[in-house]
Amino acid sequence: MAKAAKAPKELSETPEKLIDLYRQMVFIRFFEKKCNFAYRQGKIGGYMHTYIGMEATGVGFNEALRPGWDNVITAYRDHAQPLLMGSDPLKVMAETMGRVDGYSNGKGGSMHIYDFENRFFGGWGIVGGHIPIGTGVAFTAKYKKEDRVTVCYLGDGAANQGVVFESYNMAALWDLPIIYAIENNEFAMGTRLEYHASDTELYKRGIPFGIKSERIDGMDVLQVKEDAARIVEWVRENQKPYLVEIMNYRYEGHGAADNDRQLYRTKEEEEEAMLRDPIGRLARQMVDAGAATEADLEKIDDEEEERVEVIFEQADASPHPDPSEVYDHVYTDMTPEMGH
Amino acid sequence: MGVELTYRDAVAKAIVDEMNRDDSVYIMGEDIGRYQGTFRVTQGMFDDYGPKRVIDTPITEAGFTGIAIGSAMSGLRPIVEMMTMSFSILALDQILNHAAKVHYMTGGQASVPMVIRGPGGAAKQLSAQHSHSLEGWFAHCPGLKVVAPSTPECAYGLFKTSVRDDNPVIFTENPGLYTVKGELPDDDDFTVPIGKARIAREGTDMSLVCYSRMVHVCLEAAERLAEQGISAEVVDVRSLLPLDMETISASVAKTNRAVVVYEDWKFGGFGGEIASRIGEECFDDLDAPVLRVGGLNVPTPYSRVLELECIPSADSVLAAVERLS
Repeated sequence: MAKAAKAPKELSETPEKLIDLYRQMVFIRFFEKKCNFAYRQGKIGGYMHTYIGMEATGVGFNEALRPGWDNVITAYRDHAQPLLMGSDPLKVMAETMGRVDGYSNGKGGSMHIYDFENRFFGGWGIVGGHIPIGTGVAFTAKYKKEDRVTVCYLGDGAANQGVVFESYNMAALWDLPIIYAIENNEFAMGTRLEYHASDTELYKRGIPFGIKSERIDGMDVLQVKEDAARIVEWVRENQKPYLVEIMNYRYEGHGAADNDRQLYRTKEEEEEAMLRDPIGRLARQMVDAGAATEADLEKIDDEEEERVEVIFEQADASPHPDPSEVYDHVYTDMTPEMGH
Repeated sequence: MGVELTYRDAVAKAIVDEMNRDDSVYIMGEDIGRYQGTFRVTQGMFDDYGPKRVIDTPITEAGFTGIAIGSAMSGLRPIVEMMTMSFSILALDQILNHAAKVHYMTGGQASVPMVIRGPGGAAKQLSAQHSHSLEGWFAHCPGLKVVAPSTPECAYGLFKTSVRDDNPVIFTENPGLYTVKGELPDDDDFTVPIGKARIAREGTDMSLVCYSRMVHVCLEAAERLAEQGISAEVVDVRSLLPLDMETISASVAKTNRAVVVYEDWKFGGFGGEIASRIGEECFDDLDAPVLRVGGLNVPTPYSRVLELECIPSADSVLAAVERLS
């Protein structure tokens, strides 16, 4: 009884679902760790941003969506969303490595993953630039009278861009079924929230536009799942926008090239944040509730780590694009002027 | 015989025809609905199609252009009106960094079938911030198509093609053209392909290569040159991107001389690209250097006297022609 009272959330999910959630988060973490490894090896280049520490947000929210029907769009920290939505992890990994088997045949890279079959709309590199585009995806749903919900993720840094406010205004003005999900990991690259936001409670910014807005805990996958289910349902039912600020934390640097985390936060702060690790938290909840033993969870860890290893090796076996492909897909129906 | 329409009405007819043909076509922009459009291109459309398909936007060019892009990526075919093309500068990030890159970055998974249209170039005393000719800037960016028709017939035919194109198209309408009249072919299926120049006037002694309102300036210049016994051919480029070098080169091969005329700032403008291409591809045919006639390199002034000084006229073309011989 005492244990149940200590961890009441476990009761809301079946042991199978708990294991499923745990497995999804662990998979994302191993996938991202492998990406970091590949980056250090020089197999991934350019800019790359991992989701490590933020897994509960993506996993919990994705649970509330209708696969293949609802839409998701995000910025450049974009590996986790498609993986959760059913995209082929080999194609995601191969894209980060710039190979022909990637979703964009190596033309997008880590920041530009797209999988339209699963209704993942990317994968964008300009901070805030994808917010109006996500709003446009929701516009189409309304125009076509389809009850698709669009989740538009943005970071706390993006929340300051002008087009974000323009989008809030039009989404509210035109009753668009979109959820602006601010993933507040407390840092806009290397600038802490309190140095970039005049009011650090970013959810309040929806209120002047008449958008229902709230802040939730993004480090607890069960809580995110529950909140997301409620919010997604509300948007589908009411056909209006919603703003949710999801508080989480990234354990890695802004991008793989960010090796100077101590310029903006202390090791002590990182250690404290690790105590809130969403994967460790769910593990403790499951063990406490008797939904799994530590040995069960270790087995899952090993399986997912091995699965990622295979994905990496397959992706690494994929060839680089042929130079002749450089002109493909500039246009749907013609090539641009050719030659230097 | 076809009907005679103004350039404005030709664009309007093309918008309406495409909206009737395809339910996924809609138009959005500032003051285009209830207010009937600042230049009245969309007059009457709100009453006929309602707020679902003729959408008054807030004054937020970047935001609504982005919404149009997202809607185009998910199954609609938006037409975005810029109240003036000068305001598209606020949406440049969305156009260059997003719309133009989608097909490529997605490896061909998605496309952006949208048209961004509006008046581009100097109208009359709208001064420095409302008078830009930006078509050359857009034509610098792979992934976009850019057209600048000069007649009602070309505007009508090219607009329909632009709406049906699966790529983002910049469709620029010089405000000085809106009242120009012309005949439309009596054929509902009439279209003009993107990427095909036309010979606006045949000639043998030189080629005046131009687009948009400068076609009319060049036609006037050609008329005056004819009085001097000089036969000038006027090549209406119509489409900047893709550029029909075949037609331009064939004209230069015939005339052996070329003057490129454009309203944009002369320095670094699109006319420089055309001139350079003629130099590269027609060197053996040329009897004289390729000259450029462009807008003065100053912000467009308010004073009508100064404004007219900035925009290339038939006089400026004739002055250049004198330097050819």
